[in-house]
Amino acid sequence: MDLSVLWFVLIAVLWTGFVVLEGFDLGVGMLHRALGGDETGRRTALTSIAPVWDGNEVWLIVGGAAIFAAFPSWYATWFSALYLALVLLLAALILRGLGLEWGVKVREAHWRTFWSCALVGSSALVPLLIGVALGDLLVGLPIGSDEEFAGTFSDLLQPYALWLGATLLLLCLLHGAAFLRLRLVGGLRSRAERLTRALVWPAIVLVVAYSAWTATLSDGPAWARWALLVPVIAAAAAAFLAARGGDRGVFTATSVTIGSTVATLFANLYPNVMVSSTDAAYNLTVAGTSSAQYALTVMTVVAVVLLPVVLLYQGWTYYVFRARIKAPEPVDVA
Amino acid sequence: MSQLDLSRLQFASTSIYHFLFVPVTIGLAFLIAILHTRWYRSGNAETYRLMRFFGSLLIVNVAIGVVTGLVQEFQFGMNWSRYSRFVGDVFGAPLAMEGLAAFFLESTFLALWLFGGRLLPRRVHLATIWAVSVGTVLSAAFIIAANSWMQHPVGYAINPSNGRAELTSISDLFTNPVFVWAFAHVILASILTGCVLMLAVSAWQIRKGAEPAPFLRTIKLAVAVLLPVSILILGVGSHLGVVITTYQPMKVAGMEGQWEDCGPCSFSVFQIGGGNEDPTPTKIIEIPHLLSVLATGTWDGEVQGLNELQAQYEQEYGPGDYIPNIFVQYWSMRVMAYLGSLIPLLALWGVWLWRRQRLDTSKAFLAVATWAVLVPFAMNTAGWVLTENGRQPWIVQGLQLTADANSPSVSTASLWISLVVVYGLYAALGVVWIVLMTRFARRPLTQEPDDEDADTGPRTPVLTY
Repeated sequence: MDLSVLWFVLIAVLWTGFVVLEGFDLGVGMLHRALGGDETGRRTALTSIAPVWDGNEVWLIVGGAAIFAAFPSWYATWFSALYLALVLLLAALILRGLGLEWGVKVREAHWRTFWSCALVGSSALVPLLIGVALGDLLVGLPIGSDEEFAGTFSDLLQPYALWLGATLLLLCLLHGAAFLRLRLVGGLRSRAERLTRALVWPAIVLVVAYSAWTATLSDGPAWARWALLVPVIAAAAAAFLAARGGDRGVFTATSVTIGSTVATLFANLYPNVMVSSTDAAYNLTVAGTSSAQYALTVMTVVAVVLLPVVLLYQGWTYYVFRARIKAPEPVDVA
Repeated sequence: MSQLDLSRLQFASTSIYHFLFVPVTIGLAFLIAILHTRWYRSGNAETYRLMRFFGSLLIVNVAIGVVTGLVQEFQFGMNWSRYSRFVGDVFGAPLAMEGLAAFFLESTFLALWLFGGRLLPRRVHLATIWAVSVGTVLSAAFIIAANSWMQHPVGYAINPSNGRAELTSISDLFTNPVFVWAFAHVILASILTGCVLMLAVSAWQIRKGAEPAPFLRTIKLAVAVLLPVSILILGVGSHLGVVITTYQPMKVAGMEGQWEDCGPCSFSVFQIGGGNEDPTPTKIIEIPHLLSVLATGTWDGEVQGLNELQAQYEQEYGPGDYIPNIFVQYWSMRVMAYLGSLIPLLALWGVWLWRRQRLDTSKAFLAVATWAVLVPFAMNTAGWVLTENGRQPWIVQGLQLTADANSPSVSTASLWISLVVVYGLYAALGVVWIVLMTRFARRPLTQEPDDEDADTGPRTPVLTY
């Protein structure tokens, strides 16, 4: 396989890994206030992601850096085109990270309330904006022959992109509820169970529309269009399992749903990396934007050696913290 | 201000801000790993509590370091698209490696260290904090390799078909002399920062804390590490200067405001006036030969002047102004070097008191040591200003001008919006960071980790063995 294609696949894997892992962190962030009820309940919900969220977010960082290294022009055009959306995304990521880490460090009620609300808002904004950013890749942006974006902020907010944003937002909610169902006990777990049952129906609607819409936009190979059935089937399986299955089954189904939603987007994007709505001749492509062979070879060696190691120790972390959470983890407070 | 100026202002501000936290993370993680190792060996409960105490400061600091680092990574593409296009093939590689090799390690193992105390075997728990420390140092290595390539590009070739820089040797990036010495310099500065912070917090606790005695351990640890590190960094920094003279003579001439060739060259302790428009400032106290020594490592070494270098560069790169901001260059070097020279004195004072068993009773030392916490931050900032300002007008020395590197698709209005957002958010979070760090630094050592109902309910015996 051509190394540039391998790196396109690897980037799709990184972004898929990001939404599967960070997706439930974002969902828990959005749900913790409503689901937790009181302070103890909220902190119990957040304890479920406390040891893992930061490592999960690194998937996004590496997903971005890999695009920079393997497809410099894709990175340059995409990130500068999305400028204001990314400013918002960064502000949300900052507030979210600090909400999780700083929010519990002081006992005063107004401090806790502020960071808890900031966490809810920022956790909602992140999947929405990332959905918009990914959707714009496929539906196209005004890009000229110079590979530069020639539009404004409002050009980013296209119906398809907003739809993908809403889909990811809702899938994060569902995925987060499924995660909490798997990780908590008692009344909190029951509440998460009811939430998965309620959220799964709007999720199916959003995913079905996403798949149909994406199929009409696709430039990709035929199998990529067929692959769009995967998120639909996974969402249906999630609905079935939410009603009568075990917690693990539901979580597996929501993982596949959110993961395949993003994976199929990349599959249908290929061989482009960014579509130009100005003229198809200006589309940025895998072949046209990739780094040279030597850099890709070096990066491949590094990734082949390190990625399995990373998966191993991240997997081990989940094993270490596998016990269901009964009470909030005590934290240092000043 | 133009879009370019705003882009530069934003990148400079966010980089400086990010680097306030980075050295604290690198330095504290290392010192806490030492404390953990001591506790692992001795089982001493006091050492354990000290480790937890400084661990809280580390956690507060890592959080803001991580989120401000995100901004840095995104900004290359957001604000510097022409730069990213031109250098991504070379510059992107160390960045992606940093993510894969360092960020995953740091974030995963910090969580294991923090939450895994009860769940992991003791030896594995100890290994997790060392993994964090290694992660922080690796992260610095990759990012300094990338930055050093901007100061002295190596291991690349320009592809004639698309005009872009392409990687030809990854090992050249990590054997780049600028990288080797800058990396050592940054790691030493980070450990120094961690030591001074630990010293300052311990000194405050001994002066005013509820339970001063245990902090004698950490004040000794801080002083013991600080003395060799603060002396070593002077030597490494000085040699880095010599390396820089070879590859970026303009940067070195700029830090003295040396307009004409000289040899031997003197160093002015300070000056009145100066800057790009004033080539004849009033120099106060000139130390003969010192500039020669600093720039070339020899007593009579010749240093090329700004005017000669400008003429040379015009011949090589065409007409233009290749002289960086001299006022900034002159003073950033002095702030860094003068403050850097004070730290070994503080460490020596500490060692001297230690030998006389007066480390915890000397009011003067404890007061000075507390306020010394501000010094490393000023020093680190000045060091980066010196490095980055001295490279201007280049973004990549000799290959691309900063003025040719920004994003053409981002409007001036967009930049104003992002600047307001970033400045507003960073100012507020900076205040919160200071408040949190201060509150944690003044906490009584014996205070247990607790939750909401800890005052009424029974306490869980957390993280005890």
